[in-house]
Amino acid sequence: MVEGKTMKKSENLIELRHIKKCFDGNTVVTEDFNLEVKKGEFVTFLGPSGCGKTTILRMIGGFEIPTSGEILLNGEDISVLPPNKRPINTVFQKYALFPHLNVYDNIAFGLKLKKLAKREQDEKVRHALEIVDLEGFEKRSIHTLSGGQQQRIAIARAIVNEPELLLLDEPLSALDYKMRKEMQLELKNMHKKLGITFIFVTHDQEEALTMSDKIVVMADGEIQQIGTPEEIYNEPSNLFVADFIGESNIFKGRMVDKKKASFCGAVFDCVDDYEMGTVVDVVVRPEDIEITAVGRGQIQGKILSSDFKGTFYIVFVRSGKNEIEIHSLKNYPIGTTVGLYIAPDLIHLIPYDNSINHYEGVLGAYSEEKGLSVEFEDFSWEVKPEQIFPDATLSGGSLTGKNGQPIRTEGIRIEASFQPSVAQLSDDAKAGVVQGKIISFLYVGDHYRYTVRSKSEEDYVVDDEDLWNQEDFVSILIPQEKVTYRIIPIKSNDFI
Amino acid sequence: MIKKELYKNWYGSGEMNKNLFSRKQLAVPYAIFLLLFVIIPLLVLIYFGFTDENGNISFANFIRFFGSGKTIGTLLYSIVIALFTTVFCLLLAYPAAFFLAKGNFGKKQAFIMMFVLPMWINFTLRITALKEILTLLEGNLAYHPFFNTILCMVYDFLPFMILPLYQALCKLDNSLIEAAFDLGASEFQVFYKVVLPLSVPGIISGVTMVFLPSMTNYVVLDMVYNSTYIMGSLIGSYFSSYDWNNGSVISVILLLMIGAVTLFSGRITKQEQAKRARVLK
Repeated sequence: MVEGKTMKKSENLIELRHIKKCFDGNTVVTEDFNLEVKKGEFVTFLGPSGCGKTTILRMIGGFEIPTSGEILLNGEDISVLPPNKRPINTVFQKYALFPHLNVYDNIAFGLKLKKLAKREQDEKVRHALEIVDLEGFEKRSIHTLSGGQQQRIAIARAIVNEPELLLLDEPLSALDYKMRKEMQLELKNMHKKLGITFIFVTHDQEEALTMSDKIVVMADGEIQQIGTPEEIYNEPSNLFVADFIGESNIFKGRMVDKKKASFCGAVFDCVDDYEMGTVVDVVVRPEDIEITAVGRGQIQGKILSSDFKGTFYIVFVRSGKNEIEIHSLKNYPIGTTVGLYIAPDLIHLIPYDNSINHYEGVLGAYSEEKGLSVEFEDFSWEVKPEQIFPDATLSGGSLTGKNGQPIRTEGIRIEASFQPSVAQLSDDAKAGVVQGKIISFLYVGDHYRYTVRSKSEEDYVVDDEDLWNQEDFVSILIPQEKVTYRIIPIKSNDFI
Repeated sequence: MIKKELYKNWYGSGEMNKNLFSRKQLAVPYAIFLLLFVIIPLLVLIYFGFTDENGNISFANFIRFFGSGKTIGTLLYSIVIALFTTVFCLLLAYPAAFFLAKGNFGKKQAFIMMFVLPMWINFTLRITALKEILTLLEGNLAYHPFFNTILCMVYDFLPFMILPLYQALCKLDNSLIEAAFDLGASEFQVFYKVVLPLSVPGIISGVTMVFLPSMTNYVVLDMVYNSTYIMGSLIGSYFSSYDWNNGSVISVILLLMIGAVTLFSGRITKQEQAKRARVLK
């Protein structure tokens, strides 16, 4: 037992446990963030801007203090330690080199604070410059350096202190494309040479796939998936990851037999297996679809467009109601009917997320003239008593249960659920029961799937055929008769 | 097409501008203004400074100024007043400017407004008000002439120190402060190794705006019954007794001092700004 504990200690350099972070008391960046990083790993936080990745990094660096939860470094809690007391260094997005100091003084800044002997300082600075390939730059003034050189100096300034952990906050985002590619490889080599643990933050999925040992895909302050670049790309655990990493076609499907899924109007053999009848989201990468002769593939379609992209053509094919993106090495004339073939191991199935669109509400008192109302976080409406109490009967203006006892509806907590496909979006704020902003959307085969966030931070997932934009303010039409209700049983320990 | 013509007219291209003023013509009022109110007075000042009462060219006024213990004493007293005023202004203004520039609190604009607002109120009014309070506390202002002078000067000049410091500190990138912390600096080390050196341009312009005006602002001394002369009072007293020559030479001396300081600090600020501009772009 003791041995196991010490083992764990030496393996995980940094551990984030139940990190919660709020700004100004109400903006929640992350609710419950958990992560372990092993010694020597190159970990990348990947996510769209505003997903909280930089905030997490800043908490590890000590520039933000978590609202609750702990950050363990080698097993010790450092969550409230100031940055100057942590054996961690940061490479900042805009380099943050000191403009009043030359290259040498910038790099030696940390060494001087540690009161190192001058000769040792010289030696370390020289070595750090060697690592970043800028030998002999000691006397240069910062403003004579190019962006790429400044970036290297910023890295040298951080690694010269031999930190246990190096944090890199989108360090390549200000460089041009070619320079960025070069620095990606160099950083990777540096990581190998130095043996320091790297945590790298980026919104560029290509960068993350190229450099990392482990990618943490984040959205909305939550980890969507942790895995190697290959795992993240080939086995995305949800639709967000599938859509965010690389290009993908997403279809709605259903398991029809053992290792057989039906989508796009055909049955496909696949390698993933779920219970028969399970609703699945099917993810197929554009480069994994083969264009063949009519009749040879599982489905067929008509070429809608074909655009040259350097190494391949982006071909769009319409098959039934679906628009399918294909990366093809060959060009096809528009209008041609072709067959499409997808190999079983290239079809990735994700069981349909059943947790979406569940909302808790509280019932009001029942009366004959007012009916039965239910109050949700965002709205309230009237429900038919039989939707919730199928066994109840109406007698004398009150609701009577099966056993003849009147039912006291007031205060009963219920859960309402609806499928994304039954709801609709409208730009008329008064048309729907809930209003909110579109925070994300996905293209799913023949329609879009939107996530709408209401004022009270409740998320609604709605399928709609029209194209809306992110940040659009919409109202959601939820057909009352399509909503299902469930009484939330009172937990026995509520009484204790 | 229309736009193009308009531009042509504005920027004066030969034929098109028959009905409009050319750029040169537009500059005429300013040229007249500069000539009348800057160049001619300056020449008059220099002429009077280097002539005696009969109009003969002489350095006698200069020699008199630097030869007399009384005038040198006045110069020194002015410098001491200016020095104290500047130092206290700097000590008070720096934390305030830092708080305003880097503090994380609401209603920031309102606070900045409150520091600037006194500049909009007539300064004799402000000094009179302060004078009344001091009279209430001290009984007789004449007991503490030096203290009262410095207090009123600081009160008067504080916003002129805060504003340039505030601007310099606003420009200071927060990530530089974070980087210094990250590299192991304590709060004090962050201040004197990063914040202070990078706010030097602000300090210099603040000092220039406070030091030289406070050397000549004799109205404050008059108001708090400080009978010791400073440079401003000396000029005033010469002029009021129609001694143009001696009054002018002191003005010329002050002008040279101001010129030297501005030239010196301007050079440093320019270098500093050039550096910063290139790095922080």
